[in-house]
Amino acid sequence: MSFLKLHNIAKSFGQRSILHNINLSLAEGEFVSIVGASASGKTTLVKIASGLTEPDRGAVTVGGQPVRGFLLEAGMVFQNYSLLPWLSALENVRLAVEPAFSQWTPKQHTEQAMKYLEMVGLRNAALKTPGELSGGMRQRVSIARAFAAEPRMLFLDEPFGALDALTRATLQQELAQLCRAAGRPVTALMITNSVEEAILLSDRIHALGRGPGATLSPSFDVHLPRPRSAGLLLHDAEAVSLRHRLVEFLAAGALAPALIQEVA
Amino acid sequence: MKKSAISVLLSFVGIALVLGLWAAISSIVSPDLPSPFKTWEDSRLYILQPWEKRGEMDQGIGLMTAYSLFRVAKGFALAVLIGTPLGFLLGSSTMFFRMFDPTIQILRPISPLAWLPLGLILFRQSEPAALFTIALCSMWPTVVNTMQGVRAIPQDYHNVAKVLRLSPWRKFTKILLPATLPYMFSGYRLSLGIAWLVIVAAEMLTGTPGVGGFLWQEYNSLIYSHILLCILTIGIVGFILDRLMGFAETRLRAA
Repeated sequence: MSFLKLHNIAKSFGQRSILHNINLSLAEGEFVSIVGASASGKTTLVKIASGLTEPDRGAVTVGGQPVRGFLLEAGMVFQNYSLLPWLSALENVRLAVEPAFSQWTPKQHTEQAMKYLEMVGLRNAALKTPGELSGGMRQRVSIARAFAAEPRMLFLDEPFGALDALTRATLQQELAQLCRAAGRPVTALMITNSVEEAILLSDRIHALGRGPGATLSPSFDVHLPRPRSAGLLLHDAEAVSLRHRLVEFLAAGALAPALIQEVA
Repeated sequence: MKKSAISVLLSFVGIALVLGLWAAISSIVSPDLPSPFKTWEDSRLYILQPWEKRGEMDQGIGLMTAYSLFRVAKGFALAVLIGTPLGFLLGSSTMFFRMFDPTIQILRPISPLAWLPLGLILFRQSEPAALFTIALCSMWPTVVNTMQGVRAIPQDYHNVAKVLRLSPWRKFTKILLPATLPYMFSGYRLSLGIAWLVIVAAEMLTGTPGVGGFLWQEYNSLIYSHILLCILTIGIVGFILDRLMGFAETRLRAA
């Protein structure tokens, strides 16, 4: 039973066709990644899937109902964090908690925000503003903000793209941990340019061809047991073969050279 | 420390040079222009007893400045109260912008001297006419800067508001207002500068007590050194006002 479904999505900016004939369906609780090179239209795809942008053609449905505006009970983690610089980490998270739990008291809002900041290890930085935090810490706040509203659906737009490799690895594990610890099915759609990242976190992976008029590859299922470590990815026969198949697919579509380098 | 001492010294050298030029012009080119020394001699009563009131138009420079400042404060407050919401509307609604931008561009370059008679016709009294003129002339930088501030808000912040499902009021207080505040203050600083420019013209034409009114009356009474006193006062007060606003502006940007 599919939860979120994209039907024949197409999108152009002016004369330039960005996405073409995109079909995608996510079951409830499923973590699906879309791997593609930069400028392949990934961000546009996630914006359409979440309802932030309207497609030119096609439709997005949740449980069979068409979506208008940003999805209900959904959260989003942006590549550039998109925290409000004039608010503290706590206030940033609280801002997401308030509309999600409007019947709560202000004290409960603060407690909820604090709880999620603690989960990402930022208890002591709660009163700092984003400007006083490192890139990794900012993205932690942004992840806490998305999870604190306890969404059923999570959109991740290259969440770790702006981070260094070490921070990136830590945050990937923290994200997997948060999804497992949620205590309810969290359906997630992640956009990434890293094949490893996709394998580490996903149940299924699609590759997005390079634009203009990019289309999605068939689905690659990931059957690796969780939790998954970075070491597993290097040595497990299935992980290695999956990575090869993904990279070959991306390369065969005459895709981004940068992407192939990154994996090799 | 040493550098700042040099720059203070240099600024005094500059002032001394201008005073020298002034003295030279008054003694060589135009004997009607009072020399710096004569200006001081004629003005010392007004400067040394700044709060003395001898008559309606014969008061210490402190009192005169206070009248003007009070009038400017009222007109400027009016400009801010009208200009800020107007800027927000223009910045957030394309329809509103298209509707009113041409009108604003036409109203913006109109001189205070042109507005004042209209104010007198409308209000039949000099005080509200002066406030009307100050507000109308000094409003535009606030309007334009606020508008630009609202437009400069990154699309990301708008997306955040959508994703977090903020109510329009929450979006305004948590995103639009803080993001626009530095722009607004740049506008306020420029507006206050213009308000101070306009006050002189407004007081001259309406003959109300204040630095500008005093200046005009002393011109008519042929006491030219008092004109120079007024000019210097206007300059110094304007400088201080701008510095104060600049200080507030930097504090705001740093925060």
